[in-house]
Amino acid sequence: MKTLFSIAVVLSLLAGCDREKRSYKDQSPYVEEAPNKVVQSDLHPGMMPPPASTEKNVYSESAYDVAEGQKLFQQYNCSGCHFHGGGGIGPPLMDSDWIYGSDPQNIRATILEGRPNGMPSFRGKIADHQVWEIVAYVRSLSGLLPKDISPGRSDEMSLGTTPQQTHPQYPKKEQPGLNREEKPK
Amino acid sequence: MYLAFRPIFVFVLLAAFISGCNSRSHTSSAQEPPHGGVMQPYAGKLPPDDGQWTMPAKDYGAYRYSQMEQINTSNAKDLKLAFTFSTGTVNGLEAAPLVVNNTMYIITSFPNFLYALDLTKAGAPMKWAYDPKPVASAKGVACCDLVNRGGSYYNGKIIYATLDGYAIAVDANDGHEVWKTKVGDINIGETITMAAQVVKDKVLVGNSGGEFGVRGWIIALNADTGKIVWKAYNTGPDKDVLIGPRFKPFYDMDKGKDLGVSSWNPDQWKIGGGNVWGWISYDPDLNIVYHGTGNPGPWNPDQRPGDNKWTSGIFARDADTGEALWYYQWSPHDMHDYDGINEQILLDLPIDGKIRKVLVRPERNGYIYVLDRTTGEVLSATPYGHITTSTGVDLKTGRLQMNEALKPTPGKVVHGACPASPGVKDWNPSAFSPKTGLLYLPHNNLCMDWESVETGYIAGTPYVGADVKMYPGPGGNGGVFSAWDPINKKEVWHFDDRFPVWSGALATAGNVVFYGTMDGWFIARDAKDGHELWRFKTGSGIIGQPITYKGPDGKQYVAILSGVGGWAGAIVTGGLDVRDPTAALGFANATAELPKYTNKGGMLYVFALP
Repeated sequence: MKTLFSIAVVLSLLAGCDREKRSYKDQSPYVEEAPNKVVQSDLHPGMMPPPASTEKNVYSESAYDVAEGQKLFQQYNCSGCHFHGGGGIGPPLMDSDWIYGSDPQNIRATILEGRPNGMPSFRGKIADHQVWEIVAYVRSLSGLLPKDISPGRSDEMSLGTTPQQTHPQYPKKEQPGLNREEKPK
Repeated sequence: MYLAFRPIFVFVLLAAFISGCNSRSHTSSAQEPPHGGVMQPYAGKLPPDDGQWTMPAKDYGAYRYSQMEQINTSNAKDLKLAFTFSTGTVNGLEAAPLVVNNTMYIITSFPNFLYALDLTKAGAPMKWAYDPKPVASAKGVACCDLVNRGGSYYNGKIIYATLDGYAIAVDANDGHEVWKTKVGDINIGETITMAAQVVKDKVLVGNSGGEFGVRGWIIALNADTGKIVWKAYNTGPDKDVLIGPRFKPFYDMDKGKDLGVSSWNPDQWKIGGGNVWGWISYDPDLNIVYHGTGNPGPWNPDQRPGDNKWTSGIFARDADTGEALWYYQWSPHDMHDYDGINEQILLDLPIDGKIRKVLVRPERNGYIYVLDRTTGEVLSATPYGHITTSTGVDLKTGRLQMNEALKPTPGKVVHGACPASPGVKDWNPSAFSPKTGLLYLPHNNLCMDWESVETGYIAGTPYVGADVKMYPGPGGNGGVFSAWDPINKKEVWHFDDRFPVWSGALATAGNVVFYGTMDGWFIARDAKDGHELWRFKTGSGIIGQPITYKGPDGKQYVAILSGVGGWAGAIVTGGLDVRDPTAALGFANATAELPKYTNKGGMLYVFALP
């Protein structure tokens, strides 16, 4: 019984030691880790913007990259959720809203890591240079690329660029005001 | 101009050709609903009515009808708001509230909250809330907004399913979780959106995922324990489909061994769709459950030759064992995303001088079918909206006669295919009034352009293969609310709406019918002539299902969830960009103006007479 008691005392002392133990290892203000991590926030504590990512977009945003990216966008079923930029299951990509950032590195991170609200992670599924090509195409959708390297013509059916609200064969009737028509038949 | 009209010309030629070959004659391949039906009180048996609302359609026969008549055609104009409740959600609300033991239960869209409201107290304060905490990644495999269509009450429990694939029973008194069973897997694209339906001591749920190459199934769980009792797939070998010696389909096209395999190219049935995300009816006398099956995957029909059994059809199954008893395929080798999952109203109707046990199905492909529910024989199939994709149903073979001119083929854009993919009517259920004998149909008036594109299967990503653009059909109105005479197969009256009418309908013995519009109006009409009795503007568009119940004070209340969304309202909830007309599988184009009329946000509205 006495032995047990002694062990308990020693154990509790040891635990106490651990509790008081402090680590000074990871407190350097000069953090060198992961310089290529993508920054997600516009808030920079200490008024000091974090160093820019050194990760390179290995393929420049050329017309070729965009065209390749457009094909891959279809092949990897990106178009199944984002359609041709208008969105559906996933958010639109042709507008000016960027939930997770519009920098090439941000978009690449979105594709590779996924996002918690439904964006799947394609890490290990798409070759790196192809990811960059998809990035280029995605950026072209919202006009972030110069016009001369954006696709001049889309591969999908020419559905027109403005919403068409009528059946081509049946013109729309006048629908006055906000009200629906009252026309019993 | 020439180009624009050429398809019509081809189409007329072809239609003429087809009608020449067919035993059924068609003056035009563009079909319109026949008008001039009559009211005829229903003579069949009615389910008992205790003033509660304990399951999705109130009764097993899917009438969505209440025998209460306090609110009638003379006083409906006096309806006033009784209380409201915010759901704290922003996605589309499609569920019917449940009312049991003076408590109202609200099931929301993602994240699938369940609220209990105490109807005995002023303002119906919240008794408890249950949060199932579904994983947010499930949102990435939900085809058409993040809806939930409701649940059922059984033996002290509220039972429903979550988007991320769980069937859950929650204690109706205190909100604690009684059981939780994982039935779906989001990593193969499975979600659950349908209203869990209790049948006797079991609860039935099925999976969604027709746009993700998900193999469809329906599962029966023990409603007390959550243990799986039977599971039936809708593609694959007979043993998986629970097809055995008792299976007796009416038509030859549905007879044969392992059609769920042989009507596909090798292995395609494994990713072939046929999901169960709609409505289940139950006939207690026959002990049969009826459920539809969804579209085959992918949408691109050229990638899946064959009839693609058992997709886009209807099964009658033994309620205890799940064994298939008969099956009928509405749309063999579906080419337009015509899911076959709509409601089936079980009626005993006089047809050709005899009372027949029938099942009435307003189907997505544009026909109201009347089937003998004991055999699966099609007694009639009548257009209830504008149809160009097919020319009718051959009653000898049971087969839908397709308009070859509007068949999607690679490299060709098909124009003017009506109805569009959401059909003349989608999931949003109709109501039947025994008093008028009429069916009240909230529905669509949509057509589409379609181009098939090749798609590859990647598990957990969309598997569609079509660029679609939808737009309102003839007249330019996107939606219609109509009354239908199921005996004479004619439309009695209809009212157009700017947008698809994506809400359910409710019929009452006071001869008042209710429904909501996507721009937020909750409307009461006279069941007889359809004239408007009352309307109330809710905060968001309405795609929910109205219900009515008897409050603890003996008064009749009417409840509706307001909160736009669903496939039709994805443009609002998803903030979609309509410069891309293919957004939201092409639906965004048809409802492009909706964001000018309404905004997202969920709220319960309950009304009563002063």
